[in-house]
Amino acid sequence: MIEVNDLEKSFGDTKVLKGISTVCHEGKTNLIIGRSGAGKTVFLKSMVGLHQIDSGEIVYDGRRLGAMDDDERKDLRMEMGMVFQGNALFDSLNIEDNVTFALSMFSDMSESERLDRANFCLKRVNLENQNKKLPAELSGGMQKRVAIARAISMNPKYLFCDEPNSGLDPSTAIVIDNLLQEITQEYNITTVINTHDMNSVMEIGDHIIYIKEGKKAWEGSSDELLTTENEAIVDFVYSSELFKKIRAKL
Amino acid sequence: MPIAVQNYSYFSDMFLTTGIRDLGQYMLLLGQTFRKPENWREYYKALVREFGLLGINSLGIVAIISVFVGAVVTIQTAYNLDDPLIPDYYVAIATRESIILEFSPTMVSLILAGKVGSNIASTLGSMRVSEQIDALEVMGVNPAGYLIFPKVVSLVLFNPILITLSMFLGILGGYGAAVLGGVVSPQDFQLGLQTAFNGFYISYALIKTVVFAFLIATISSYYGYYVKGGAVQVGTNATRAVVSSSVAIILANYVLTQLLLL
Ligand SMILES: Nc1ncnc2c1ncn2[C@@H]1O[C@H](COP(=O)(O)OP(=O)(O)OP(=O)(O)O)[C@@H](O)[C@H]1O
Ligand SMILES: [Mg+2]
Repeated sequence: MIEVNDLEKSFGDTKVLKGISTVCHEGKTNLIIGRSGAGKTVFLKSMVGLHQIDSGEIVYDGRRLGAMDDDERKDLRMEMGMVFQGNALFDSLNIEDNVTFALSMFSDMSESERLDRANFCLKRVNLENQNKKLPAELSGGMQKRVAIARAISMNPKYLFCDEPNSGLDPSTAIVIDNLLQEITQEYNITTVINTHDMNSVMEIGDHIIYIKEGKKAWEGSSDELLTTENEAIVDFVYSSELFKKIRAKL
Repeated sequence: MPIAVQNYSYFSDMFLTTGIRDLGQYMLLLGQTFRKPENWREYYKALVREFGLLGINSLGIVAIISVFVGAVVTIQTAYNLDDPLIPDYYVAIATRESIILEFSPTMVSLILAGKVGSNIASTLGSMRVSEQIDALEVMGVNPAGYLIFPKVVSLVLFNPILITLSMFLGILGGYGAAVLGGVVSPQDFQLGLQTAFNGFYISYALIKTVVFAFLIATISSYYGYYVKGGAVQVGTNATRAVVSSSVAIILANYVLTQLLLL
């Protein structure tokens, strides 16, 4: 469980996050949605401590991120996996080495065990027989899947994904969505996903947080999303004519 | 306040504050760099990679430059000492001293600051802007340690080898030029090389080299590590890295020479 209390973050004079509070539970997919530039990426990076926050508190199962010393922070991070919006694969390492990176650094697995683990993770994202290629030799969607495989390699307790299925075709996007939901439930992970894919929102949104102009404008489950009368979220989710028609039929 | 004064204080403020801030941040980065590694084996692997990238890859350029500069130094010295009262073997002494004292340790380090420094800064800079450094951090790895420490160790260990090679090749180049050009006879040149040789000069040169290597590695890493923005800023910072490490080398050269040779 991750608790976020009154999180504020600004860059210079521009305030990007204006006091966001929420609770993300384990075994649930927590989706952050909002317009481009709303602050989703900043929110996610603040949660994992990549941004120094102005005020507020982030608590990982009772452990306050702001109060941790370097060792505690390192221990916490070994329980995290993260997929960056731009993938952030290590471009000098091949696919296999990317996926096994954290394992080589922190686990005492043998080389063949690490390789097995990498192959297992790559198989889960439908990416086999690409082990020896460099990231630059893969397509954007394939790189994204490597990034996901890398994020789950250490069996994380907390999984953060910034737009995990942007740039993927609809069928692969569904595979990825289902994978994220499956592992979330299977390993009881606290998963936080940034997305603006409405399909994902409806399919796997256990808990949805809508961020508008740096504030939490709505929060609820995907079922509640179908029936809510909250204008802000209705405007955002049903901005396409197709969705409007579907909603009218409900 | 008159505009000129206003501008002056504005600029001096900016200079001072950015200067002090840079220095502070550089020190903090050094602190992060020299922490206990998470895993020695992985750091060792990174070190081996850096040896290749930053060390072995510089062998060619160092060799070529050293041979030819050695040759030119000999020819110029011979030309300037063209006096019946000065024995021929003085040319070899002069060549030896210029190569060992100044050319190999300082000039070659400056060349390496350009080659290796821009490489380090742009590699780290592009890792920063593509969020690879953030990715390391989220994994629990200390990015400064994992990325910078092996580069520093590699340069500090390998540059003395490069510089020793450069001394050897520089003198060889001088010998070749002297003999081929018929300026000094092989016997005279060899005599000169052995005359009035001060072994401490070699230590002096190697001490300088190690300090310069440390400066190149850490200053370039600093400029690369803290890039903000995109490709353009990576380029700007790579240039800054080269300029700042070169200036640092020149200043350190002066200080070390005062300390060691006086
Ligand atoms: N490092 C930074 N420095 C300054 N401003 C920033 C920085 N990172 C983000 N911002 C600003 O914060 C705001 C939110 O950005 P963010 O990347 O979180 O948007 P987002 O919701 O993730 O959008 P998208 O869906 O397009 O990825 C933007 O206005 C952006 O300009
Ligand atoms: Mg984003």
